[in-house]
Amino acid sequence: MLFDALFLQLGYNASLVAIGAGFLGIAAGVTGTFLYLRKQALLSDAISHATLPGVGLAFVLMALVGGSGRFLPGLLLGAALSAGIGLLCVSALTRRTRLSEDSAIGAVLSVFFGFGIVILTVIQTMSTGRQAGLESFLLGSTAGMLFNDAVVIAAGGALTLLAVLLFRRPMGLVAFDPEYAAARGFNVARIDLVIMTLALAVTVVGLKIVGLILVVAMLIIPPVAARFWSDRMEVVALLSGLFGGLSGWAGAAISATAPALPTGPIIVLVCFGLFVLSLFLAPGRGLLAALTRHLRFQRRVHLRQGLLALAQGQPIYERLTLRLLRRAGLARADGVATDEGRARAAKALRDEKRWELVRSDPDFAAAALSYDGLAGIETVLTVDQIAEIDNRIGAPREVTS
Amino acid sequence: MSGAEFVPLSLPPLLIGILAAVACALPGNFLVLRKQALIGDAISHVVLPGIVVAFLVTGTVGAGPMMLGAMGSSVVAVGLIEAIRRLGRIEPGAAMGVTFTAMFAAGVLLLEQSDTSSVHLDVEHALYGNLESLIWLDAVGWQSLLDPVALAGLPPELPRIGLTCLFVIAFTSILWRPLKISTFDEGFAATAGMPTTLIGLALVIVAALTAVAAFDAVGSIIVIAMFICPPAAARLMTNRLETQIGWSVVFAVLSAALGYVLAGYGPLWLGRDNAVSAAGMIATVSGAILALAALFGPCRTRTGAPAS
Repeated sequence: MLFDALFLQLGYNASLVAIGAGFLGIAAGVTGTFLYLRKQALLSDAISHATLPGVGLAFVLMALVGGSGRFLPGLLLGAALSAGIGLLCVSALTRRTRLSEDSAIGAVLSVFFGFGIVILTVIQTMSTGRQAGLESFLLGSTAGMLFNDAVVIAAGGALTLLAVLLFRRPMGLVAFDPEYAAARGFNVARIDLVIMTLALAVTVVGLKIVGLILVVAMLIIPPVAARFWSDRMEVVALLSGLFGGLSGWAGAAISATAPALPTGPIIVLVCFGLFVLSLFLAPGRGLLAALTRHLRFQRRVHLRQGLLALAQGQPIYERLTLRLLRRAGLARADGVATDEGRARAAKALRDEKRWELVRSDPDFAAAALSYDGLAGIETVLTVDQIAEIDNRIGAPREVTS
Repeated sequence: MSGAEFVPLSLPPLLIGILAAVACALPGNFLVLRKQALIGDAISHVVLPGIVVAFLVTGTVGAGPMMLGAMGSSVVAVGLIEAIRRLGRIEPGAAMGVTFTAMFAAGVLLLEQSDTSSVHLDVEHALYGNLESLIWLDAVGWQSLLDPVALAGLPPELPRIGLTCLFVIAFTSILWRPLKISTFDEGFAATAGMPTTLIGLALVIVAALTAVAAFDAVGSIIVIAMFICPPAAARLMTNRLETQIGWSVVFAVLSAALGYVLAGYGPLWLGRDNAVSAAGMIATVSGAILALAALFGPCRTRTGAPAS
């Protein structure tokens, strides 16, 4: 059943929704990357909530002039206009007054949303009797999606993607270092505006499928997940688009398999699942990688300290150290060194002595910087240098214990 | 309008709206100054799964379990945001965005999966609240305010939000000095020996508590608006925190009263016969007040800072 849905075998409507959601996810993921790197992820929250009055007013307007009122491009145009006004309000409040950006975002999103609800209640009482079903824009609804709607969504997503492709260099520059971008002659304010307009476009396109409360997730979660996997902006943007597209497509497919699985929330939860996977599994920044790094480091420290203790004939009480030494075949269960252990211990102690000299001699200042108590001296100094140090220390002696 | 009509139909919702607005605006002042204004937004999204789980466990829509569930999920959300921020080294805004959208989605999914058709529990209710329906049927006029029998029939939301409001006032006045100092100069507060992390956490928890209590009565949209708009407008009126809090309370009361009246009677004055959403109208009025403050407030610009 799920496989049928994933490979678009579950009927016309389900296929339309899956394709549309996939396109939307790709566009949202790629666009969201720049928003996230610019540290303005939550701006999308203001954008999405500010679409509601526009949707309502567009409906009223179209109904008044005798149209059906549910004409999707008209509604989306209204949404885009009012979201644009919301964006202008946020930037005016941040620039012209002393309010910080988060207050401006919160104020705009709550006020616009409240005003939108006022308009929705007006529509509910309109005499036309045509129940608008505009509530579906809150949480998205894919049940009655038409071919034209899917085309609007796919085309909008594709256009957004194209714009991102065109503006990726300046947008990346501004996201990482606005001052440098300004010094290079880029108009930072205008590029910021481009980023926001693209986010706005994705939001408006996504209204129909995931709804205005959850479309934010499509802009925020994929880039955050993708950021775990790479430090290169292009890779992050591509991965983010991949995650977004995957969750849109898989989410829509899953929701088509059963009646009580609303599309928007399922897409967001699939997205969140990808985020959790990234959080744990990503190499480098992921939790598991960090944990193994930490454990490996811990083992090296314990082993080194254990060897030094063996070399100086001190008893070892620390359990982990003892276990590590025994597992490496360097010591017996009672803490007495094996032959190999004695050899390694002697070398460790001798290295320590060598390091002592390196760190006290200004000639070796550069090499002394890489001393961390763990690195073998032969990885830092040449054979000749070590020989010279050994000359000063004297010949090796046998470990007596 | 006569008391016989006003007291049962309009007085309780009006009072509830005003109390909720004030209760939200007080902690909102500190949240706005600490650049944590969006906490209210996040909380109002994450309480949904908590409320649905509480319903699924108890099978009723009683206020107690709902509040517990909402509190529980707020705490889970705060923990999750912190965990994602620290473990993943992600900036706080994005961590918040990831958490609240995912939890809200989970809430909607749970709601759709469970059979809630028999009870009044849906997403729209959570968003708009049901301020207009909180009527006091036992009242016959102003004299009912002194009648203990009639008073027993007050909507339970009224005493609940009243208590919350009192609690918030007590919290702010008792912790006034530490709150003020740690908000303006966290470093100094820490050197003076104040547990700044604890104070910040307490503020967030009080905000969550207020949000949950107000949420039950008036819906999330008023909660978000009242956390931010009146304090933000008040911030543009003065440079003193004491005065700012005074202004924010005035603005909150004004938004709630004016918004309720406009929603209930505005359409009548325009010749239409159906009221519009009071919650939405209150948020709209608070936004209008903020807009006026941003245009004409005496302290609206940054002083001393470069005009970038």
